Amino acid sequence: MEIIRQGIGDPQSFRERGLRARDLLRGDLEGLELERHVEESILTTTLEKAVDWARSNSLFPATFGLACCAIEMMSIVAARVDVARFGFEAFRASPRQADLLILSGRVSIKMAPVVRRIYDQMLEPKWAIAMGACSSSMGVFNNYAIVPADKFMPVDVHVPGCPPRPEALMHGILKLRKMIQDDPDLGWRERYGAVGTEELLPETSLVAETPGA
Amino acid sequence: MDAVSTRSEYRKREESITLSPLEEQLAVQRDPSGGVTEVLTLNIGPHHPATHGVLRLLVTLEGEVVRDLRPIIGYVHTGIEKTAEDKAYWKVIPVVERMDYLSYYFNAMAFCGAVETLLECEVPKRAQYLRVIHLELNRIMSHLVWLGTSALDLGAMSMFWYCFRERELILDLFEQSSGQRMHTRYFQVGGVIEDIPRGFEEKLREFIAIMPGRVDQYNDLLKRNEILLQRLRGTCPLDEESLLALGVTGPLLRAAGNPWDLRKAAPYSSYEDFSFKIPVGTVGDNYDRYAVRVAEIYESVKIIEQALDGLPEGPYITGDRKVALPPRHELATSMEALIHHFKLVTEGFRPPPGEVYYPIESPRGELGCFVRSDGSAKPARVHMRDPSFVNLQATAAMTRGAYIADLIATLAMLDPILGGIDR
Amino acid sequence: MPDQVGLELIATALGEAIPGSVLETTFFRERAAVHVAPASVRQVLSTLKQNHGYRALMSVHGVDYYPHEPRLGVHYELLDMDRVDRLSVKLRVPLDEPNVESVTPDWPTANHQEREVFDMFGVYFDGHPDLRRILMPEDYEGHPQRRDFPLGGEPVLFTHNEVSSPGWTR
Repeated sequence: MEIIRQGIGDPQSFRERGLRARDLLRGDLEGLELERHVEESILTTTLEKAVDWARSNSLFPATFGLACCAIEMMSIVAARVDVARFGFEAFRASPRQADLLILSGRVSIKMAPVVRRIYDQMLEPKWAIAMGACSSSMGVFNNYAIVPADKFMPVDVHVPGCPPRPEALMHGILKLRKMIQDDPDLGWRERYGAVGTEELLPETSLVAETPGA
Repeated sequence: MDAVSTRSEYRKREESITLSPLEEQLAVQRDPSGGVTEVLTLNIGPHHPATHGVLRLLVTLEGEVVRDLRPIIGYVHTGIEKTAEDKAYWKVIPVVERMDYLSYYFNAMAFCGAVETLLECEVPKRAQYLRVIHLELNRIMSHLVWLGTSALDLGAMSMFWYCFRERELILDLFEQSSGQRMHTRYFQVGGVIEDIPRGFEEKLREFIAIMPGRVDQYNDLLKRNEILLQRLRGTCPLDEESLLALGVTGPLLRAAGNPWDLRKAAPYSSYEDFSFKIPVGTVGDNYDRYAVRVAEIYESVKIIEQALDGLPEGPYITGDRKVALPPRHELATSMEALIHHFKLVTEGFRPPPGEVYYPIESPRGELGCFVRSDGSAKPARVHMRDPSFVNLQATAAMTRGAYIADLIATLAMLDPILGGIDR
Repeated sequence: MPDQVGLELIATALGEAIPGSVLETTFFRERAAVHVAPASVRQVLSTLKQNHGYRALMSVHGVDYYPHEPRLGVHYELLDMDRVDRLSVKLRVPLDEPNVESVTPDWPTANHQEREVFDMFGVYFDGHPDLRRILMPEDYEGHPQRRDFPLGGEPVLFTHNEVSSPGWTR
């Protein structure tokens, strides 16, 4: 979606606009003036695009630092590469409150079921970034103990590097943000052809039939 | 199909809560008012905001008091030691660096030192001084990350940003000397991979000039902070004898009063040329552990300054062409250099058969590297004695009888790095 | 480090205190090592602690000497903090009888380290309070760090084998 910025212009017209907005709120604006004001200050878009815009600009990453990449992930929260500029500084500890899983570090075979469980606990819509070489492919260690993340969970963006510079991880997150904004189809089930795998509770009444118990 | 029968023994055991023997002893008690206390085993981790890395703890609680603690590790086990057996000696350096991922220069130093001992290879003085500079910069950086994340755990959030601001300066220096921020592959067997570029010295002097002032700022914020004192002072002390029995070294042992530091006791890589002090605590509680590490930052700055002032001229890597690559300009003129380069890159050098254990002082304690060579171009066994792996055993002894909040503070002060613990 | 003479004196003292314990001594690159019989390792370490002052056990690690027999080795790195001396105590056990007495009751630091040696090499430590796998999942089969255990890993994806490699959607 496009955001068209118009210059503020001279202070007089800015004051006029402010007064007209006040009149609109009071209900005093009518007729031609109302139409002109509406044209100038309201934009129209589809609901999906608006929701995508909101979702992409307020991702809540889950604190999931595994190994060395976690230190560089901490660096993006730090002051030099500031992820708060984009609105992503709220790292949530609980997966229920997070929607972005940044797999930073090597996933060992003991940890893979734990990661999968945490990914499952996240509510949709959710995305995953495989940060670093170890989680995307095997990285430096091609051996018995590591699992590439693609094997057990869907990953949207792979960020290469060992560890990726904070700027590189930022680039990856912004790419994900662009993907969310452009792609109206959010559900990972559509993206990965997993439609029909939803687990639904059996059709029961939501209201308890027997009080108490 | 019966779901129960397909479960493995492990799953069955996991589903029954592993009660520590204390649970039988303390199982149900009645307190004087007639209430009943029960003992609860709680699982903390492996995904938890306060554990430094993926550490899982089985904590047996009575109310909020920790009665027993069992750490379960292995969630970042990477098979580094096995991977190292498959690679030529110089290729092992990047693999081993990623073990204790905050003190990567130390991992490389331990391994390079072990291989140099096997080869009986002389490291030139300039290389030793450069190594000391980078090691001490890494020590400062590791302590800064520790301070930032520990203060974050305790609630002092702004420390995180201050410490990482200084860390960025150090990473700029690393990037200047080796091209990479972390895991730089700067140390090679026989010396360092490249001499420091022009401008490194000025930038390093700028850093040395401002760093003590910055640590003073951290002290202003934390050292006499009432909340920090209440959380750290007097919590979870452990005496020196128990620590030694558990094999704990590093700032934890120094906080308890034992001034054991391998840089002074068994100096390696020209540490004997520098004069610095070892900060030692008295009581061995969490506050001493914190104070010792912050004081070590001052000492490291002093060491870097002395090393920079006394940096000798000379080669930055050993001249033995059978171990170190010849300089590139020689490849155009000398046939021997070309052959050496070819042999070293494709096959690598072959140390004589033998076994060596080389210990150094990392920010967390004694980091030792055991290398066994069987005469071929690949090591037959590389084992890193990681300090965090051994220090973790002290957690149970430290936190028995403390609250959960003290447990979190103790974990923070322990400074465990799971990459080193799990390898 | 004790020099060669010191090493021989220690070995002789050990041999007198515990007959049949010392098999060999090695002095390689200024480092002293004593090779002992597996059955006597706990007594050897206690004697070294009490009589010779090696009161700190720094590291317990395993080695696989494949193809030389006996195959599995366990090394104990001892440290004397007062005189700054290091001594290695090494033992070797064959694969069909990989039992070593655990030193954990005397040296609590050996707890996790012996578990790691068990996990990676399969050396059973008799008398260990809680011998189970520490780094691998508890129901893992095999001892990864033995030399004949395969390294494992995933095939590297190129264009020619891209379709046939396992992935999430295929």
